[in-house]
Amino acid sequence: MSEFLQQLVNGVTWGSVYALIALGYTMVYGILRLINFAHGDVYMLGAFIGLYASGWFHAAENPNPLKALLVLLTSMLLSAGIGMVIERLAYKPVRKSPRLSALITAIGVSLLLENGGLLLFGADPKFFPQIIPAHNISLGMGVVISNQQVIVLAVSLALMIGLRTLVLHTKVGKAMQAVSHNHMAASLMGISVDSIITFTFMIGSALAAAAGVLVALQSPKIEPLMGIMPGLKAFVAAVLGGIGNIPGAVVGGLVMGVAEVMVTGYLSSTYRDAIAFVLLIVILLVRPAGIFGKAVTEKV
Amino acid sequence: MKLRTSLVLGLLAIAAFSAGCGGAGGGSKSGKAEFVIGEYGSLTGSDATFGQSTKMGVELAMQELTANKGGKVGDLDVRAVVEDDQGKPEEAATVVQKLINQDQVAAVIGEVASSRSLAAAPICQGAGVPMVSPSSTNPKVTEVGDYIFRMCFIDPFQGTVMAKFAATNLNLKKVAILKDVKSDYSVGLAQYFTEAFKAAGGSIVAEAAYSAGDQDFSGQLTKIKAANPEAIFVPGYYTEVGLIARTAKQLGINAPLLGGDGWESDQLIQIGGDALNGAYYSNHFAVDNPEPRLQDFLKKFKAKFQKDPDAIAGLAYDAANVIFDCAQKLHDTDPTTFAGLSSAKAGTPERKAACAKLRDLISQTKDYAGVTGVITLDAKRNASKPAVVLEIKGGKKVYNTTINP
Repeated sequence: MSEFLQQLVNGVTWGSVYALIALGYTMVYGILRLINFAHGDVYMLGAFIGLYASGWFHAAENPNPLKALLVLLTSMLLSAGIGMVIERLAYKPVRKSPRLSALITAIGVSLLLENGGLLLFGADPKFFPQIIPAHNISLGMGVVISNQQVIVLAVSLALMIGLRTLVLHTKVGKAMQAVSHNHMAASLMGISVDSIITFTFMIGSALAAAAGVLVALQSPKIEPLMGIMPGLKAFVAAVLGGIGNIPGAVVGGLVMGVAEVMVTGYLSSTYRDAIAFVLLIVILLVRPAGIFGKAVTEKV
Repeated sequence: MKLRTSLVLGLLAIAAFSAGCGGAGGGSKSGKAEFVIGEYGSLTGSDATFGQSTKMGVELAMQELTANKGGKVGDLDVRAVVEDDQGKPEEAATVVQKLINQDQVAAVIGEVASSRSLAAAPICQGAGVPMVSPSSTNPKVTEVGDYIFRMCFIDPFQGTVMAKFAATNLNLKKVAILKDVKSDYSVGLAQYFTEAFKAAGGSIVAEAAYSAGDQDFSGQLTKIKAANPEAIFVPGYYTEVGLIARTAKQLGINAPLLGGDGWESDQLIQIGGDALNGAYYSNHFAVDNPEPRLQDFLKKFKAKFQKDPDAIAGLAYDAANVIFDCAQKLHDTDPTTFAGLSSAKAGTPERKAACAKLRDLISQTKDYAGVTGVITLDAKRNASKPAVVLEIKGGKKVYNTTINP
């Protein structure tokens, strides 16, 4: 029993990271119908910016939560800027082109960021400083959780709630919803579609960067190709939850994280990725639009 | 039309230029009689310390050759050409091809990772150029052919060493295994450990796997924790071991980690931190071994590179010196054949004969006093020599014991 509970804790923590990354995929898809394959690489950039920011703020000497928060915010802010640049330079010019062009552009941006990262940071793994020293908290019944895991969970949860409030209860959020329904109609209502799309990219990138810093805090080894697998799995999580749907991305991320850990723990760690993806196929066979997705009939 | 003319002219210019280069390059190479050795390794890539350490080891050997013999073996100047394979097996094959065909090397040093040595070995074997791997421990590497050698022990021995150490020195009965399924080295070492540990009366209580590049190991380690092992054998590379140690500590696992020579890197302790204290791994040498030859090497290495060498650098140093030694022997016993090693003779039958002779001499290496121990190559071209076990204590690697073959 305690083993099962421990695995559940592991799965939920890891899943909340997937959820944060999945949110970016789902938001961009909801508004542009574009799968932003470069998203996993923004997650990597977030971790690296966090590494440099810890240096700027001397966050590893006399670590305190305030400095750690500063590192997190710097990384989110700069990554939001990077998200804006990517959108303006790479995606905006092809927005009117067929959807396939945008998809291929996304793959191109992803490769650019990965190889640029290899060039800029070097391929050898870097150690992410311990901006919050780890200690364990016992939850009883032999289940332990580290303070870093608690931070990952708490920050993820706070960001998700923040995002939900932003989308449902602010003017920008309402504009985002309008744009996701129909670009033309939204612009007729006086919404600047371009700035809303840019804003969406910025929010998505900031969330991915937060995930990058949170993962680096827990597993302090970062390298330029670290975004590929988590990016892919978070994309799967977004599809699982119903792509375009914000609560769906959160649930999808958690399902993905827990499924992966449970497969490792109880089936086979050798085939964990394979089994996780098979699970996805099964869920999609039963619910083709994802857990929370609504089946939409294509208008002709 | 105009564009076309200039295009044609441009192409002609490029063709002429490259032909000129080739000619001039070839000319200068054949004009100057050199003994060229090639080295390939991961100077960049995720396990870059492997390639960089190998390069430093070879550089130090070259520096000594320059100091002691004016950089010559016999009457030939020695030159080392280093190529980066970026840690990718397919690149290793490409750069070795280049070393042999363009740089006309007469011997090759490399690689550390067995999967990359395995990619390059058939090329050296096919071209008849002796290849000495300083530190690839997977047995398959030298099985490629009779031109492939290594300066280190092999995984069946290394697995046995750690199994013996766990069963006898640490007196353990129950061990769990966590291996990297993506690496030939890790899977092989896990298998040899399992066989030897079971033969010694122990049992493997849990077995789990990860893939190189993973960030999360909590699932595997929670499963292992439930089996309650007395130690965990993690035969992976240093890139993941640090994170595994951290996760194990965080899950409250107190059983020590055990590992192999893939742990050998400064980055191991940087990433793993305190979580690695109490871990043991088998290695080719220990820096705190008082052996004078080794201490002398450490001093020289430190003077040149301002840091302590790892075992990888020591093995590369030995590999380069064994090649220099054998070439010298060839010169002393058979100067006519030796002349074939010169870069002027590349592609000729004389070169083939000289490489074959050099191969024979390397295969006869016996009781060579290297910094990583006394090296004797067996019939399968593997070095049989003792392994040391290091313990990680307070962020330092401390010599624990030596285990003989």
